[in-house]
Amino acid sequence: MVLVETRALVKRFGAFTAVDGVTFKVNRGEVVGFLGPNGAGKSTTMKIIAGFLEPTSGEAFVAGHDSQTDPVAARRRLGYLPEGAPAYPDMTVGAFLEFVAAMRGLSRADARNRLAELVERVDLAEVWNRRFEALSKGFKRRVGIAQALVHDPDVLILDEPTDGLDPNQKHEMRELIRTLAPNKAIVVSTHILEEVEAICTRAIVIARGKLLADATPAELLARAPEPDPERQRLVRTTRLEDAFRHITLETAGS
Amino acid sequence: MNKTLLVFRREFAGYFATPLAAVFLVVFLAVSTGMTFFVASFFDRGQADLTAFFLWHPWLYLVLMPAIGMRLWAEERRSGTIELLMTLPVRPWQLVVGKWLAAWAFAGLALALTAPLWITVNYLGSPDNGVILASYIGSWLMAGSFLAIAACISALTKNQVLAFIGAVVAGFVFVMAGFDLVLSAVRPWAPDIIVQAIASMSFIGHFQRITDGVLEAPALIFFTSLIVFALWLNVQALEARKAA
Repeated sequence: MVLVETRALVKRFGAFTAVDGVTFKVNRGEVVGFLGPNGAGKSTTMKIIAGFLEPTSGEAFVAGHDSQTDPVAARRRLGYLPEGAPAYPDMTVGAFLEFVAAMRGLSRADARNRLAELVERVDLAEVWNRRFEALSKGFKRRVGIAQALVHDPDVLILDEPTDGLDPNQKHEMRELIRTLAPNKAIVVSTHILEEVEAICTRAIVIARGKLLADATPAELLARAPEPDPERQRLVRTTRLEDAFRHITLETAGS
Repeated sequence: MNKTLLVFRREFAGYFATPLAAVFLVVFLAVSTGMTFFVASFFDRGQADLTAFFLWHPWLYLVLMPAIGMRLWAEERRSGTIELLMTLPVRPWQLVVGKWLAAWAFAGLALALTAPLWITVNYLGSPDNGVILASYIGSWLMAGSFLAIAACISALTKNQVLAFIGAVVAGFVFVMAGFDLVLSAVRPWAPDIIVQAIASMSFIGHFQRITDGVLEAPALIFFTSLIVFALWLNVQALEARKAA
């Protein structure tokens, strides 16, 4: 079942084309890794799917609802972690999550049950009464994830969910995403290539707004060129890094 | 619960999360009563009314209302929370109205805290309380108009200072609309009807009629429709930023 779909998305900011004809689908049960260099158009694509930005042309669908023409229905099915995991700095974690739950239409009782479960799952109990601005990066990111999961959405769009986390926290976040995966369609953007192998069923590579590859991690690996021994002596790279460099630098350049 | 009300509650509580609210209320009370006693010579007038108090409200609001309204959208944009807010399953107008209501309620609170002045004039003499009530209502509506303009301008930027300055400038045009400063700039080239239309947009003109004791439809309709229009523009500003 297709839960996320984009059709020939184009987004221009003035003369700059941030997203250039991106088309892909994500089914239930898939975790799609969104890869690309900085400024490749990953976040812009995600913002369009979430309905925060309007595409210059093309369409984006969440669970069959056009995120422009039917935004409220699309957003009901969507959990979105924006870049940088923002939240209101002067609210406590508890007050913020209760606010989001209420805005998502959960009744008081439902919200209480759901939040109790989430606090357990994302491990927020110790910061429940702390103000968001006083939290460490790891906790902020977890609050962002909790906020996106409040209404148990079918679709999760997570913009760099592990950015700024320490290795243990990264591991926990990946575990969480894996456990959520079977019942949802998840799109995760990252620059960390090992993450793709760790959690993704499929990887989409974009650079300069163009979709360059849409394949399983194994297929991507197969596209890696023979390692150049000269280069390997200086900095050792993984096969996936070689593949990524090959696709984003050489393909985009040609 | 109603989404607009939820936004209202969060936003209203937001004013009190920092010392900002206390500072604002103190400044508002100090300046509004200070003007009444020292500039407008409340006692020397020897009259039991609050004319000296309400006289300054358009000027006071010109600076203080943008200070309340500047953060409404600019802060969301700066901190990135606007992305959360705008991807919740709600319509933009629900957010716009909720935020404006919170600012308006806060202005109402500031106004309500001036009640000791009203008690004082009732102690000193027997004022026309009908006029005073009408003036309070008029003053609150005018505050709402300033706030709607400030909210709308706040939606255009992530810089609160810019939002403040923009709102003061826009407010100034409305305050001065009935004065020659504005009218003489328009008169040479615009037909008479336009000049009159601009003159009739004057905050001071409408407010003065209310404080004179005439709480009539035209002034009420003026402020209410200005609020509705500014909030509608606010929604448009948010929509336009999506396509930008």
